[in-house]
Order: sequence, then structure tokens, then C-alpha cells
Amino acid sequence: MNDIVIRVENLGKRYRIGASPERYKTLRDTLISGINAPFQKLRSGLSSSHSSAGPNLIWALRDISFDVPRGKVLGIVGRNGAGKSTLLKILSRVTEPTVGSAEIHGRVGSLLEVGTGFHPELTGRENIFLNGAILGMKRLEIGRKFDEIVAFSEVEQFIDTPVKRYSSGMYLRLAFAVAAHLEPEILVVDEVLAVGDAEFQRKCMGKMSDVAQAGRTVLFVSHNMSAVLRLTEETIVLDKGKLAYRAPTPQAVDYYMAAGLTGAGERLWASDEIPAESAPFLPIALRLRDTKGQVVDTLRSTEPISLEIEYRLDLPITGLRVGIYLLTMRGEYVFTSFDLDNPTQFEQMGARQQGHYISRCTIPANTLNEGRYILSVNASTFRVKRYFWDDHALAFTVDATGAPGKQWPEPRMGPIRPALDWVIERL
Amino acid sequence: MTAEQLTKPHEDVIILKPTHGLAALNLRDLWIFRELVLFLAWRDVLVRYKQTVLGATWAVIQPIIQMVVFTLIFSRAAGLSSEGVPYPIFNYTALLPWGLFSKALNDAGRSLVNNRNMITKVYFPRLTIPVASVLAGLVDFSIAFLVYIGIILYYNFAPNSTYTYTVTPALLTLPLFIILALVASLGVSLWFAAANVIYRDVGHILPFLTQIWFFMTPIVYSSSEVSKEWQIIYALNPLTGVVEGFRWSLLGIHSLPLPLLFVSAGVAVVLLITGLIYFRNMERTFADEI
Repeated sequence: MNDIVIRVENLGKRYRIGASPERYKTLRDTLISGINAPFQKLRSGLSSSHSSAGPNLIWALRDISFDVPRGKVLGIVGRNGAGKSTLLKILSRVTEPTVGSAEIHGRVGSLLEVGTGFHPELTGRENIFLNGAILGMKRLEIGRKFDEIVAFSEVEQFIDTPVKRYSSGMYLRLAFAVAAHLEPEILVVDEVLAVGDAEFQRKCMGKMSDVAQAGRTVLFVSHNMSAVLRLTEETIVLDKGKLAYRAPTPQAVDYYMAAGLTGAGERLWASDEIPAESAPFLPIALRLRDTKGQVVDTLRSTEPISLEIEYRLDLPITGLRVGIYLLTMRGEYVFTSFDLDNPTQFEQMGARQQGHYISRCTIPANTLNEGRYILSVNASTFRVKRYFWDDHALAFTVDATGAPGKQWPEPRMGPIRPALDWVIERL
Repeated sequence: MTAEQLTKPHEDVIILKPTHGLAALNLRDLWIFRELVLFLAWRDVLVRYKQTVLGATWAVIQPIIQMVVFTLIFSRAAGLSSEGVPYPIFNYTALLPWGLFSKALNDAGRSLVNNRNMITKVYFPRLTIPVASVLAGLVDFSIAFLVYIGIILYYNFAPNSTYTYTVTPALLTLPLFIILALVASLGVSLWFAAANVIYRDVGHILPFLTQIWFFMTPIVYSSSEVSKEWQIIYALNPLTGVVEGFRWSLLGIHSLPLPLLFVSAGVAVVLLITGLIYFRNMERTFADEI
């Protein structure tokens, strides 16, 4: 007999996106459109009243079909906006699909975001019970696991302190601890491993593998390719709302990392790739240039790399910072840098007026080791709004010819390859 | 191990697909999550008076101050009759269910929007949120009721008081009127809570709607001030029946106007049922619209 715990068939989800997402529908709008509707129908005739896909409708997910057998740990990867979160939201019953169906066998526990329903005024103890109940645990069950949860979270001393006095690390540890002790047949996890320090992350990973080894089914969504590689056997790749690829994880990760990144040293954003929330920030291009000013895909480790982000501002933005994340092909961060990192520049550039801009920087020579890297682009105002984020904007190759230590034809460990001044003293 | 051994006998199979037409009420789901209802109600109560100097004393002070203000304005200044009962008692008897209702209307009406982070992240029956909000009001109601007993005792034993409280068998019906108050509160709250998700106008309407409703309910005056031919129209406000029921049951004044009570109770039940249907139908899009 087949033992499929999740069966997804032709699943699709359509969202309505307004011109301005911040604006809520008001009663007035409905009343007015209600009054106008009959007239509009008269004017437009019968034919157009049936058209369902207007300009403001987008398919976040379309024609998705897959099965997950019991006990499988399935990875889900994809760029921002590929539909991962929408898929998880449908599977965890937060939202309904627009078309298609999904069949789920057993209780679904979702860790779409840890600490859901945590109330800052309540103590750690109170929040454990509340959060557990929200996640679908019974009071007895929470009581039985209470000590285990507290021990896992490492906040014993503060368990009777309101969580608003917790550090963000403690808060997240407690939140994850509750969620991790849920015992559903199907666990849906999204990006929770990005929390806490390295030690705690290791613990979280351990807990996740325990869940998987106990024969429960796990759907794991992450941008962290090394976590996906470690935890899952099989992975599906989503691209623009469609299921692009399904394969054993190493293959799928390679596919994903290479997808659309044939690499010309330049990334241009087409208008349909720019989400509506980006406005008034409009990304145009990301380019890498070598010392001769050529836009190239392969750069030398021993030479400085010139990086430029071209964009337009349709309105002035106060506190805008534009920058990059550099990642390895496994999704590990190498560094982060913003164009206002320099304090004096930060002072001078309070508000950026509307106009056409290039933010340019140089990655110094002897920084990167040989290999392939990924650049993410981020334009945001600190703690206020993220205008634009492409976590997979451009990939490029670094060639280490002539780099320090190249006399030995061995691969060097680590993503960076600095030229250090060694001194050898004979004592 | 075979597949049969792995398959649990009572495993739930959930089919997720777009729903069309009227949604099933599916109150069983609410029953399964009954503990969550209590937890959420408990949270609302616990959080309400955190970081206040007076703490839960506020639940005592608020109704007393209301009563004093109304007594000064409507009894002393406007000279409204109170059917032979000291005005403060007459007024406070009505403030008991009114407090429950107005709190429910304002808290539960905004509850979904206030809990939007939960709604967009986790599945649980959405009904638990407004239901918990309404139930949390019972705690304040109980405290207000203790104050009520205090007021009654004061009027009975104060040296220059002429009032004596008499217990009638009608007192036994009080739980029924509390239930009726809850039914009306929940019915109205469900409508507003669901509508507020899509129309944020509701948040702006609620404060003055509460005020208008207050004066449409016989709280500061007696329902006998309303002329006979308007009584039935007047009873379309479910709170009219609730307040009359409270006064009859607790104070034993005049006889219970049965037609009025039936109309009010009928309206309350209709509000609850239609509220449930409306809520369940709107629920599908909560996570997307909120």
C-alpha cells in the first residue's frame, strides 16, 4: 500500500495586489463599487464580466503537484517570491488554495515563525502554555514537557520574568523550544534556524534531525543550503510559483544555485521581477567589473573587483542604504556591506533625493578564494522597511591564478584567501 | 516494519481545497480547541492590568465611577424615575450586562486585527479569538457583580436608608439572562470582528456605536418611559431584553414583559447564528486580507 502523507495536486494560489498594499479596503469603496457595479456591467456587456485574471491578480503558486511519503524530510528551496511561504501557508492551513487540492494525513505542526502569540507582558512560563496551546498542544501535554522545554531553551532563571525583559536571543530560544517540542506527524519549518547563536543553532539542527529520525515527515524551507544539504534527502526547487525541479538534495541544490545564473557579470532586473513593494526604489542593474573596467563573470582573486548597483529613486527616501551580501554556493554568508557603512558618509546622506544612482564599491584584491559566489542585493531603511531584496541576484567565479599559496596545486579551505605577511624567525 | 504498522488507526485526513458557497459552521473544531479559548481568555485578563498601579482594582473602580456619574446626571439633574429602587442600584443593575456587552463589542470586535500575527502564521479555528475575548469579559462581570452585592448591602444596612432588598424566586433565572447577554454579545462581536478584517472602518465606528447603543438600551432610564406601541420595535435591541431581565430577576420590580423578552432573545439568537455564518464565510480570506 502506498503511504503518502502529503499529496498536492495542481495547487494554485492567486493573490490580489492593489496599487498600494498599505491601503485597506474601506466601506466607502465597497459602497461606491456596489452602486457602480450594475452600471459597469451594463457598459462592459456580458463578455468581460467573466474574465478572472485582471491586472492586479498574481499567481503566487501555480500547478504545483507532488507527493511526500511518510518519514521523508523534504527540502523546499527557491528565491524570494518563488512561492515557498505561500505553499507552506496552504499546507499548514493558514490560507486556502485558489485552485487544486492537497491531502494531508495527520497533524501538521508549523514553525512558520517562532514565538507566534508570545505576549511581551507575560512571563516565560505563561508564554510556554499560551504558545503551546496556539500550536495545538493540550495543557497536559505542555505540562508534561514543560521542564524539557525550559531546559532546552536555557532560560531557567528567567522563566518567571516577563518576556519583554528577555534579550532577543533568549526570546527566540524559548520560542523555538516550545515549537520544537510539538509532536506532529508532519512538521513544516521555515527559516527558524536563522535564530540564536551558533551553539543554539547546532542544538536546533539536532532537534530537527531527531524529529526526522523518529519517522515523522518534515518539510524544510531554508535559504541556508548547507542546512538543506545536511537535513534533507530530497529537495524541490520552486521558481516563480512553479515547481521547477525535484531531485535528491545535492543535485537540486546544484540546480538551484546554478539556475538562471549563466553569468555575464551583470544582472538586469526586468520590470516583472521587481515587486510592487519596492517602489519608490527601482533596481536597474548589478555589475562586476575587472581592473580594465570590463563587465566579466570571472574575476581574479589577486585583483580588486569593482562592484556597482544601478537604481532609480522615484521619490526621496530618508535613511536608505543599498548594499550587498556575498554568499558561497552553499549559501553561507561571507560578508555584508552597505553603501552608508562609512560613518561620515552616513552623516552626509540623510535623505537620498529622487534620481538615477550608482552605488559603487571595490572588493580589495586578495579577499576571495577561488570558487563561485553569489551576490544578494538589499535596499532598505534600518528597522523601517526593506524596499528591495534579491537574495540570488548574480553569481560570479573567482579565479585564484597567482594567489598566495598557488604554488601548491591544492584547494584552500574557506571562502577567503588573504595575502598575509608571514615572518619566519629562527630562534 | 510495514506501512500498515506505521499508519495510525485514527489518523485525521485533511483535504485542503478551495471552498465555495456557504461554509459549514464546523463548531466541532472549536470544541477541539476549547483549551485554546480558555488560554486566550486567560491571557486577555492577565495582560489587561499588567503594569498598572491599581491592577485588578480597575475592574471595581470603573463601574462604580460610571454609576456615580450617571446617578448625578440622570437622577439628580434630569430627575429620571427608577421605579422605586434607589437610582444607583437601578442603574448599576443594568450596567452589569451592559459592561459585558460593550466590552465584548469593543474587544472582540477588534480582536482579529489585534491578533493578526497569529492568524497569518498558524492554523487554529479563528472563532477561538472573538469567543475568548467575550469570555474574558466574564471575569470583569464577576468582579462587578461582587461590587453589586456590596452596594445592595450598603443600602440595606446604612442607618438612614429606607430601601430593603427582597430576594424573589426570579433570582434563579439570572443565569439564563447572563447566557442571553453572552449570546447577544457574541453575535454582535462576530459580525464586527469579521467585518473589521476587511473594513477597518469598523474600528472607527465602534466607539460612537457603543454610545448610541447605550442610550438605546434602558440603562439610565426605565423601559417604561418608552410608549406602549413602540415597545416591540424597542425590543429589537437584544440588550433591552437582557437589561429588563436583569432588573426583573435581581430587583424583582414590575412583572417581566414577556413579548419584549421574546423579541430580544429572538434577535440575539438570530444575530449569533448569522454572525457565525458570516464569520465562517469571511474566515477563508482572513489570512490574506488582514
